[in-house]
Amino acid sequence: MPERTVTVASKVGLHARPAAVFVKKASELPVPVTLAKDGGKPVSAKSMLQVMSLDVRHGDRVVVAAEGDGAAAAVDELAELLESDLDG
Amino acid sequence: MAETPAADGSGRSEGVGRTESTGRVESTERTASAESTERAEYEGVGVGTAAVAGPVARMGQAPPEPPDTPAAGDADDERAKAFAALAAVAADLRARGAAAGGDTADVLEAQAMMAEDPSLAEGVAARTADGKGAARAIHETFAEYREVLGGLGDYMAGRVADLGDIAARAVAVATGVPMPGLPPNEDPYILVAEDLAPADTALLDKNLVLALVTAEGGPTSHTAILARAMGIPAVVGAAGVLALTDGTPVLVDAAEGTVVAYPDDDELGAAVARSVASAAAATLSGPGRTGDGQAVKLLANIGGAADVPAALAAGAEGVGLFRTEFLYLGAEEPPTFEAQVRAYRAVFEAFGEGARVVVRTLDAGADKPLPFVPLGEEPNPALGVRGLRAFRAFDGRNEAVLRTQLLAIREAAGTEAAEVWVMAPMVDEAPEAEWFCDLAAACGLDVAGGRVGIMVETPSAALTAGAILAGRTGFASIGTNDLTQYTMAADRMLGALGTLQDPWHPAVLRLIGAAGSAGSAAGKPVGVCGEAAADPLLACVLVGLGVRSLSMAPSAIAEVRAALATRTLAECVAMAERACGAATAREARRAAAE
Repeated sequence: MPERTVTVASKVGLHARPAAVFVKKASELPVPVTLAKDGGKPVSAKSMLQVMSLDVRHGDRVVVAAEGDGAAAAVDELAELLESDLDG
Repeated sequence: MAETPAADGSGRSEGVGRTESTGRVESTERTASAESTERAEYEGVGVGTAAVAGPVARMGQAPPEPPDTPAAGDADDERAKAFAALAAVAADLRARGAAAGGDTADVLEAQAMMAEDPSLAEGVAARTADGKGAARAIHETFAEYREVLGGLGDYMAGRVADLGDIAARAVAVATGVPMPGLPPNEDPYILVAEDLAPADTALLDKNLVLALVTAEGGPTSHTAILARAMGIPAVVGAAGVLALTDGTPVLVDAAEGTVVAYPDDDELGAAVARSVASAAAATLSGPGRTGDGQAVKLLANIGGAADVPAALAAGAEGVGLFRTEFLYLGAEEPPTFEAQVRAYRAVFEAFGEGARVVVRTLDAGADKPLPFVPLGEEPNPALGVRGLRAFRAFDGRNEAVLRTQLLAIREAAGTEAAEVWVMAPMVDEAPEAEWFCDLAAACGLDVAGGRVGIMVETPSAALTAGAILAGRTGFASIGTNDLTQYTMAADRMLGALGTLQDPWHPAVLRLIGAAGSAGSAAGKPVGVCGEAAADPLLACVLVGLGVRSLSMAPSAIAEVRAALATRTLAECVAMAERACGAATAREARRAAAE
């Protein structure tokens, strides 16, 4: 199962607007994707409420994982998003 | 901000009259309690000066918690109903976001995504499968997430409140009652609420909302700020107004800070007539003067040619403060003589014969370092080598920058009709002012004609204004922001000292009075440029202290003009005496308003 561990660049973490940007992108992907804090329990990346519940802060290490056809590309796309600054 | 109650006040009073003549008020489905048609008065804090009348419409209330009783329909029906309610809320949030645009659209989009969250849908489906009704399933599922997010600490408080709001909306739809929020009225109304949140106010329609009335909140609440920004009269913190039912005719008098239900015809007529008169005064154009004809020049503060159209549109008689820092800040080299001439001329040429344009020379300081005006590091730039001091200190090594500026102002002024005056910032005493006059005269500026002056920003300059104006200095302009900071020893940038940074403080007013008296004695004009001039009531006090020109943001000119027109010079002097005799800024404001 493809997965990547990345450091969250958004200054406010995955709250409010950056969370919405991330979840929107995840929801558009054709495969199930999950997000977890490093070493934590994965949640659906397509759920705004689940993603906010992780309480991801700026600089946290998180794991993006996906399954099925196109999983690797999906993981790459979300990982890149997390590594860019979503605050603007 | 100019109030626009003239048409509102007069037109709306008729509506109330009609409602009253029928002796009944149509009740709506929102009306809960029995009707009473007796006059009732509520007191709060007024925002603005207008009086308007119209029917009450209350903010939609959050629905009560749905009872945990077995569902009426079967599980599939309840689930479908719940999903439909969530979809309707998401669509409504997006529609409101699209109408508001900007940041509000992003915020409401994030809320819409919460309403249609797949995990939330799972939770709702599980509960309806368990036999719970649609509304109850929504309520419980949201409560679960509110608890999770609430457990993450204060940072999530805003999101927890968002979830509560979304849940209330969805529960309202599922139970068939109006969604909480702005009333759906299509005719003008007076909005009554406990308090207003930014989300409530994003879509307030100025053509529908005649006035805002809240039970909570004070003069600095979100509602009050919004009312000022929109030019809508408001009374905030009026305890008891939530008892008013929809459709009740009320008179909202922002000047008095009162809300009157079922007002009698006389008070309605008097309030509206007064409001119309003050609105008419606010739209008066022409030069500023007191009610008995004392001229008070109303000038604009500008930071470049881009600000000129707004100044002209507001009827400014000229410019009382032309800040020139825009030419210097961020530059590696000082602006050339030619570039400065072009920039100054662009402003001067917009004003006609006899209009005064006062240019303030570069106000440099260690807090905004310029590579070509080296000042060194300072622990306390507000008390450091700044303003005029920057060009006199260090054996005059920076003087050439000021000399070039004065020559460029002279060159640009030479071909224009406007009367160009020049003033130096941060002056303490007469020798500094004389030094500036020497340099200005050497650069060809009209010192003998009284067009070279100084800013009064320090208590020392205010107290020795007589000595300064006895020399060649032609005029003084009081910068109230800095004068307040230096008088109160309270840094302008420190929020914690907010109550001390008030130009209403009697200590500041007395210093202004000292400078004003010195001006009268010397026969030289003394003006004010700074936030203080934009406060209509304080503007009258300043005139009472001897100030004869007021320079402010163009948007404030209409209200200040109107305030001056309603008072005689003697009344302004009496107001100033009362304010100067107070102990605090708060008391001074109250004493002046008496």
